[in-house]
Amino acid sequence: MPPAALTVRALRKSYGDVIAVDGLDLDVGAQECFGLLGPNGAGKTTTIEICEGLVDRDSGDVEMLGRTWESDAKGLRQRIGISLQETQLSDKLTVRETLALFRSFYEHPHDVNEVLAQVQLEEKADARIVTLSGGQKQRLAVACALIGDPELLFLDEPTTGLDPQSRRQMWDLIDKFRAAGHSIVLTTHYMDEAERLCDRIAIVDHGKVIARGTPAELIASLGAEQMIEFASAGTAPFDLNELRKLDGIIDARLDAGTYSLQASKLHLAVPALLAFLTAHGAPLTELKTHSATLEDVFVSLTGRHLRDE
Amino acid sequence: MSDLREKPRTPRTWRDAQIVQLTLVRFREFLREPEALFWVFIFPVLLTAGLGLAFRSKPEDTAIVAVVTAAGHAPPDIEALLSKSKNVVVHAMTADSAMEALRNSKVALVAVQDASGSVSYKYDPARDESRTARLIVDNALQHAAGRVEPVATTDDYVTALGSRYVDFLVPGLLGMNLLGSGVWGLGFALVDLRRKRLLKRLIATPMSRAQFFTSFLISRLAVLTLEVIALVGFGVLVFHVPLRGSIGSLMFIAVFGALSFSGLGLLVGTRAKTVEAVSGLANAIMLPMWVLSGTFFSASHFPDVMQPFVRALPLTAVNDALRANMLQGASLTAVMPQLGVIAFWVVVCYAVALKLFRWK
Repeated sequence: MPPAALTVRALRKSYGDVIAVDGLDLDVGAQECFGLLGPNGAGKTTTIEICEGLVDRDSGDVEMLGRTWESDAKGLRQRIGISLQETQLSDKLTVRETLALFRSFYEHPHDVNEVLAQVQLEEKADARIVTLSGGQKQRLAVACALIGDPELLFLDEPTTGLDPQSRRQMWDLIDKFRAAGHSIVLTTHYMDEAERLCDRIAIVDHGKVIARGTPAELIASLGAEQMIEFASAGTAPFDLNELRKLDGIIDARLDAGTYSLQASKLHLAVPALLAFLTAHGAPLTELKTHSATLEDVFVSLTGRHLRDE
Repeated sequence: MSDLREKPRTPRTWRDAQIVQLTLVRFREFLREPEALFWVFIFPVLLTAGLGLAFRSKPEDTAIVAVVTAAGHAPPDIEALLSKSKNVVVHAMTADSAMEALRNSKVALVAVQDASGSVSYKYDPARDESRTARLIVDNALQHAAGRVEPVATTDDYVTALGSRYVDFLVPGLLGMNLLGSGVWGLGFALVDLRRKRLLKRLIATPMSRAQFFTSFLISRLAVLTLEVIALVGFGVLVFHVPLRGSIGSLMFIAVFGALSFSGLGLLVGTRAKTVEAVSGLANAIMLPMWVLSGTFFSASHFPDVMQPFVRALPLTAVNDALRANMLQGASLTAVMPQLGVIAFWVVVCYAVALKLFRWK
């Protein structure tokens, strides 16, 4: 049994009066892709940078690959790969020169060409970084993380700011690394990214883990398979408690003029809702249903959307 | 994981060593920055050329004189007599235009011959060139008119290389250039790395911090060798600036001085987070030294009470040592006091900078 990739216990960190991480626990198994999902400012980056040895913690324990920063900082730096948020690599260097530099730091690195192929930057090998697109720069940042042949990869917001095609390329790259049997910890505020990539997820808010599990478990924890959203031209707002009593509906909330209902049984809930509206003489102006997502889990837990800032 | 570890890899060569890669990056960043190349190599040469030309030693034994003669004057014909002298340039003029030319410094002297044949000189005794011209013209005139010198004399010119302004200037500009490239080279590069969060990215790798700093010093050493060759070479070839000391000692002084200036640059780059902050700090360090350290004029012009402070500045020590080497041929032993001042700065700068340096 290989040691856990990452174990975090009761981690705390504050900057002056601001508590960034407030007693956070994590367990990332070997060969697992683990996601920290949460809104901006939730403490994801602080947590990940403490794990990377870049930020000093106030208290708590961090163990990775059977080592701690105190016991074997050198060994950890050899074994982890890192992609930070917003690192600007030197514009004047070429892709190949940058990778050769990072390669020189490691004891058992991959070959530059091999990693260039993995991140699909072979054609850009001799181009200066200043000429790369955002997606190419981000893939190069990941290549710098991969060149040392890490056992554990930290990716902080790997697809933020990328166009849809670049995001899919990044996802494929992460899939390949995971398929090779390595562990990954990534942060994201995109729920679709977390659902698509992660074996398990911790939802983080205000420096704490507020829910954890596989994407399927988290969604199942809502007790609702479907979400119904509707808007009505009726004047007075409806009583949410009345909506909650309707057949097949578990919970209801009102958000910016749109009602959002969690439904366990869509085939009962929709007719019940329509009957309710007819009884109130309120015409329906909008009605949507979709399968429950991690976004709905987050909203249900915090009353806020992930993208709210 | 282990299967990947065991697969065969391209064998490592010296090029894969991190000190080599780190140093290559420093060179690439420098060579791919045309502005840096200009300031380090071209600007000091242009400055030397400009100042060397403006303050070159002019030969002052030629006099330009306006001659005004009354119509039908008695002999001699002073215009003809003066024209024989190779030290005198003669312009025949009317009285009005001659005085105009004197006021405009087109001539240094006006010689007026009246009807009786006697000559009077008109000039401003406060003007050096006019007083010199009067002596030259009068001497030439009397000699041409037949005066026999009681004592035979000849002139044997000695141009004292090493005492001209350009000789003073070249070592000073070299010192100033080493200061500028040291402070900018390190300070700016470090802040740029910190600003881009690349410094943070680098320390997340197993990079050796000692080799990281060493790569900066190696690249400074290589660039400063070229700086010395460019500036001293230009001075020697174009202005015949003397190189009386040994080249080895000159390089030692340049390298040791540059080491202390790099230390100042490291100090500037320890904490600053923005380019603006580092520019302000660098200028605050360099501007006083440009004025005080005897780059363009001798530091001994400052009052005695300031001298201990002026002498303690690293640029003063470097400039004095470079001048002693190049102009007086002083050995390293002779510039020990200056080397001591430089050593003090090296120790202080690196000790403080490495203590204060902020990686994260």
